[in-house]
Amino acid sequence: MAAPVSLQVEFGGGAELLFDGVKKHQVTLPSQPEPWDIRNLLKWIKQNLLKERPELFMQGESVRPGILVLINDADWELMGELDYKLQDQDNVLFISTLHGG
Amino acid sequence: MCEASGRCGGCGEAPVRRRAAPACSRPRPCVKCGDGPAAVVIRIGDAFCRACFREYFVHKFRAMLGKNRVIFPGEKVLLALSGGMASSAMLRQVQEGLSRETAKRLRFVPGLIYIDAAAAVPTEGAVCGQSLVQREQTLTRMEALLQETGFPYYLASLEQALELPGSILRRGPGGDSEPSPSYKAAVEGFIQQQRQEEANGDGGTSPAGLGTQDGPAGGSHAHLPAAARTEELLRLFDAAETLTAKEELLQMLRSHLLLHTARTQGYTKVMTGESCTRVAIKLLTNLALGRGAFLAVDTGFVDSRHGDVTVVRPMRDYMAKEIAFYNHFFGVPTVITPPLHAKRREKTSIHRLMENFLLGLQVDFPSTISTVYRTGEKLSVAPAESNGELQRCLLCLCALDIAGEEELALEPTLVKEDTGNGAESRAAFIPLLCYSCRLTFKEMGPPATLPPYVRTEAQHRNCRALMKQQIQEFLLEDDEEEPGGS
Repeated sequence: MAAPVSLQVEFGGGAELLFDGVKKHQVTLPSQPEPWDIRNLLKWIKQNLLKERPELFMQGESVRPGILVLINDADWELMGELDYKLQDQDNVLFISTLHGG
Repeated sequence: MCEASGRCGGCGEAPVRRRAAPACSRPRPCVKCGDGPAAVVIRIGDAFCRACFREYFVHKFRAMLGKNRVIFPGEKVLLALSGGMASSAMLRQVQEGLSRETAKRLRFVPGLIYIDAAAAVPTEGAVCGQSLVQREQTLTRMEALLQETGFPYYLASLEQALELPGSILRRGPGGDSEPSPSYKAAVEGFIQQQRQEEANGDGGTSPAGLGTQDGPAGGSHAHLPAAARTEELLRLFDAAETLTAKEELLQMLRSHLLLHTARTQGYTKVMTGESCTRVAIKLLTNLALGRGAFLAVDTGFVDSRHGDVTVVRPMRDYMAKEIAFYNHFFGVPTVITPPLHAKRREKTSIHRLMENFLLGLQVDFPSTISTVYRTGEKLSVAPAESNGELQRCLLCLCALDIAGEEELALEPTLVKEDTGNGAESRAAFIPLLCYSCRLTFKEMGPPATLPPYVRTEAQHRNCRALMKQQIQEFLLEDDEEEPGGS
């Protein structure tokens, strides 16, 4: 049984447009049998935070190509990507690189 | 062929397939200094810490400018900012580069321009209501950002493109004809001049006019253009039948507006912030659009199709990921506005398709974008292209690549229209355009909706062609020239 996990989820680079323009979200993930990892977090976000156009944020069980994920200010590739086990007070930031420059 | 979603097992070929790192809660050490904790993965598997990443990023910019040696000391360079991540990072690099100690300092004089293209994004009630408020807010934020830099800046709106002169579509004087001084000599001369000035008690050169604001049409404060203008522009975009044509139209208007500002304000160079990712996508998109002949000009470091003003792309070596990380780590301010196709559901554009395709491939095959980019780097501008004597396309100013005979093949595809008012029919524009501009043009609205400067210049060229035909027999010709050619 995993304890509830409290996280700060942030969006940047235009990704916040899909979440009512709100960049920072303080979320508490409910306790559940399997430990929380990024994969489950994404599913949770899709169900609870994403207001519109899910295909612009997610593709399959991962994020859409072009969206970067930072866990505690580090590239998620260094942390195991979808398999990273979330810990209490972690910060997860999603930056969209799709809006050019 | 692998599918775009890239999750298949691959063709059993060489491309390196990425394997996710094992899950661990502590990041590995940086591969460069071995010291600090790695924060970002560059390329495949190179994990850098923040400090090394910053060094790498800054070094790349200076190396790009230094290697190409097209920006001379003291030259006025206009930075085209969209508020997006790449152009904001470019601005930050210019600021950093200018503030270094004398020996390593960047030596040009920057100006900034922001083009407000909100009118091109179709939203309900675009001319009034909530979106007007949003547009003003974005403009205000952008202006604050520009003011903070202390460089002279210009706030333009896409509506001003409707007021451009026809001369914008003509190649400027100079560029290819005069021999430019060698780069080394120019730098030495500049340093000597600076030493002289310091010896004379001058503070040295500084960027002119702190915080001045001017629009190409002379407007000063950040306010929205007249509603009638916005409506006219909206009509223009609405008349375009496909999203692809809209995207091309937007790019065209933007680049003409940039060019106009550069010309009127005395800038000889324009820097645009296209990242490596953007360049790779543009390369393949332009191939699909029929611009294969102009890939080098459209995506290369130097774009000198306009003659007097050269467009430079210093960010083309940076992946979008590197730029995003840099902006996040080092607090580079951005103002993100939704792009042309943000909320559209129905049809998509070639640009968007290509973006999805490449980015999707990149996830599983992380060398995709850099391979496309490097292949593109091998393209060079054809010698004929830099020759100012050639006939140029009305819209994109690249050399016309269609000879007379192929025109006949396109004729059946032209929609026969009622030339009731006689003056402007589509057929009159076709001979003035290159292959891909013809395709785009066919998807745009009736000629009456086109911006005035395009129609004026087209009429001008047709008149000249007609005149030339009429006096053909009296003209002395070289033996090499084809008779009747215009």
